Amino acid sequence: MNIKEKGFFISVTAISLLFGILPVANAMHIMEGYLPVGFCIAWGAICIPFLVIGYQSIKKTISANRKSITLLAMAGAFIFVLSSLKIPSVTGSCSHMTGTGLGAILFGPAAVSILGIIVLIFQAILLAHGGLTTLGANTFSMAIAGPFLTYGIYKLCQLMKINKYVGIFLAASIGDLFTYCVTSVELALAYPSATGDFLASALKFLAVFAPTQLPLAIIEGILSVVIIMGLETYAKPELTKIGFLVGGKM
Amino acid sequence: MAKTKNKVIILLVLAALIALVPLFALKGAEFGGSDDAGSQVISEITGTDYQPWFTPVMETWIGGELPGEIESLLFCVQTGIGVGILFFFLGRFVERTKNENEKKKKGIGQSASV
Repeated sequence: MNIKEKGFFISVTAISLLFGILPVANAMHIMEGYLPVGFCIAWGAICIPFLVIGYQSIKKTISANRKSITLLAMAGAFIFVLSSLKIPSVTGSCSHMTGTGLGAILFGPAAVSILGIIVLIFQAILLAHGGLTTLGANTFSMAIAGPFLTYGIYKLCQLMKINKYVGIFLAASIGDLFTYCVTSVELALAYPSATGDFLASALKFLAVFAPTQLPLAIIEGILSVVIIMGLETYAKPELTKIGFLVGGKM
Repeated sequence: MAKTKNKVIILLVLAALIALVPLFALKGAEFGGSDDAGSQVISEITGTDYQPWFTPVMETWIGGELPGEIESLLFCVQTGIGVGILFFFLGRFVERTKNENEKKKKGIGQSASV
C-alpha cells in the first residue's frame, strides 16, 4: 500500500515536471482585440446567464456539504494546471488543454463556467493570453460549450452502460476538442470569408486548430481518468457526497 | 488496488508519449502557438494584415510585449498554483485513507485478541 502510493505520486510528479519544462509558446484562445466590439459584447451577454446558474450551482453544492469545497478546489486547480501546459503537437505547433472535463463530470457543467472564467481572467490579465475583450467568447467556448458537451457525453455513456472510465475519457476528450470547434465558429462568425460564406471560413479555422488539438484532447481524456481513479481510491466519502459515486460503491 | 496502480502508470506513460513524441519526431519544427496560425488565417480571409484594436492590459502596463522569460515564469506560476492545490488535497486524502486503514487493522487485531 505504502509503496504503491509512493509509486503513484512519484509518477504523477514526474509527469507534471516533464510537462512543466516543455517550451512555452502562445496558443489557444481568441487573442485580445481580435474580435469586433459587437461580438465581444454579444458573447459576454450570452455567458452571463450561465455564470449566474454556475454561481448558484456552486453555492448549492457547498451549502449542501461544506467539505465538497476541497473537490471543487481540486477541479479548479486541474483547469489551472492543464490550461497552463503547452504541449507540442503533431502539426508542429503548440497548444494547451482545457481541463474543464473533470469539473463538468464531478460538479456539472454550470459550475465549471465559474472555475473556467477565473482561469481565463488570470491568463488574460497576467499572461496577455486570451484577452479581456475576448473574455466572453473564450468563456463561452472553453468554460460553457465544452463542459456542457462533456457532461452530455458522460451522461449518455452512463445511460448506455459503457465502462465508466471509457465514458470519462470520451467525455473529456471530445469536450476539449469541441472547445476548439466553438472557437473556430466564433472566429468564423466574426470573419466570414469574402468569397465563400461563414461555413468556408469556419472550416478554415477548424483546419488550423483541430489537428493540433486532437492529440491534446486524448491526453486530457487520459489525465481526467487518472485523476478520477486517484480520487476514487483516496476520496471516496467526498465523491459519494457530491453524488459521483452512488452508495459509496466503486 | 494493484490493478488500478498499473492502469494509472500505463495511462500516464501513454499521455507523456503523446506529448513528447512530436517534439522528437518533428525535428526543427517551430512549435509556435496555434493562435498565431489563427491570426494568419484571419489575415488571409480579410485580405489585409489584421490589426488588433485592443492590446493586452499587461502589455499596456509595461509598455511593450511581455518578455518570453517572464511569460514562461507567469505560466509556471499558474501551473504551480494548480499543482499545489491539487496535490495538497490529494496528499491529505491519501494520509486520511492510510490512517483509516491502520485504525481498521488495529481494530481487527484488538477484537481478535479479546
